[in-house]
Amino acid sequence: MSEDGVTRTSEHIRVDLNGSQREIEEGHTVHSLLESLEIHPGMVVVELNREILERDSYDDVAITEGDTIELVHFVGGG
Amino acid sequence: MAEIQVAIDSARALDGPLEIGGVEFTSRLIVGTGKYETNEMMVDAIRATGAEMVTVAVRRVDLDRTKEEAILHHLDPDEFFLLANTAGCYSAEDAIRYARLARAAGFNEFVKLEVIGDETTLLPDVQATIEAAKTLSQEGFKVMAYTNDDLITALRLEDAGCAAVMPLASPIGSGLGVVNPYFIREIKRRLTVPVIVDAGVGTASDACVTMEQGVDGVLMNTALAAADDPVRMAHAMRHAIIAGRLAFLAGRMPSREIAVPSSPTTGMLD
Repeated sequence: MSEDGVTRTSEHIRVDLNGSQREIEEGHTVHSLLESLEIHPGMVVVELNREILERDSYDDVAITEGDTIELVHFVGGG
Repeated sequence: MAEIQVAIDSARALDGPLEIGGVEFTSRLIVGTGKYETNEMMVDAIRATGAEMVTVAVRRVDLDRTKEEAILHHLDPDEFFLLANTAGCYSAEDAIRYARLARAAGFNEFVKLEVIGDETTLLPDVQATIEAAKTLSQEGFKVMAYTNDDLITALRLEDAGCAAVMPLASPIGSGLGVVNPYFIREIKRRLTVPVIVDAGVGTASDACVTMEQGVDGVLMNTALAAADDPVRMAHAMRHAIIAGRLAFLAGRMPSREIAVPSSPTTGMLD
């Protein structure tokens, strides 16, 4: 148990994903994270720590401990 | 339906296109995609309006997949021109963030800028709207700014670089129609950029009256989505917009409070 009471193994990191704290496997890129969530990269826009990422950078950007990730898309609206 | 199409085609021959930010649209009606009972109904209604530009909102992906909410699963971006909005934003900073996220989706540079100032009336925070409009215009956005029916704000938004200024007819979702036609006419008279009346239209007569003020177009959502039969209302709105536009271009007769006979007063039998 760590200080915050969450059990975690060394292969996991903690991130803020769309407003929820989540544990994900270490070593993800943005691309592989989207893949694991079954999200088509063309259907979303990714904001990492308040910076919007270019789609062609998804393979190169690594997700690290404490990152804040926002995945947004278009929904119905007026 | 063939007759309807002929009527619409001949109306087009009598009116020019609507040009916003260098893009030409045949329809003067812009419609929202929110609040429909089903996505199928939304698409059917939008097609029936003849609108080419449709608004969409930017929201977090629902990672629990409880809803089929992604609009692009239902609307083909090759068929419709997507106008992303900043609905739900209460500060210039938030609106700018949403606009940038929308542009990163890669469809176009257009944004419907909306900065709300009050939860009850959903009236715009005009100061924050002008501030966001300046920043976004400088960043190359084609800003279509939702605002109130205040002439000075409309002028400031034009100065800020907006591609279109969009005063409300009445509060969002109210269906009250044009509460202040005089101010709408005055805004249209004084601005160079297109004036699109956004919000408040409740039924076809409201849309027609709005277009008769001489504005360039109307944006609506709830009037269609909340109608008992959205597809039928969509047809009605399509005709109302055309009717109001042509009536404006035609120039109405003067109104007077006395009767004037339409038939000859001479040649009557003894």
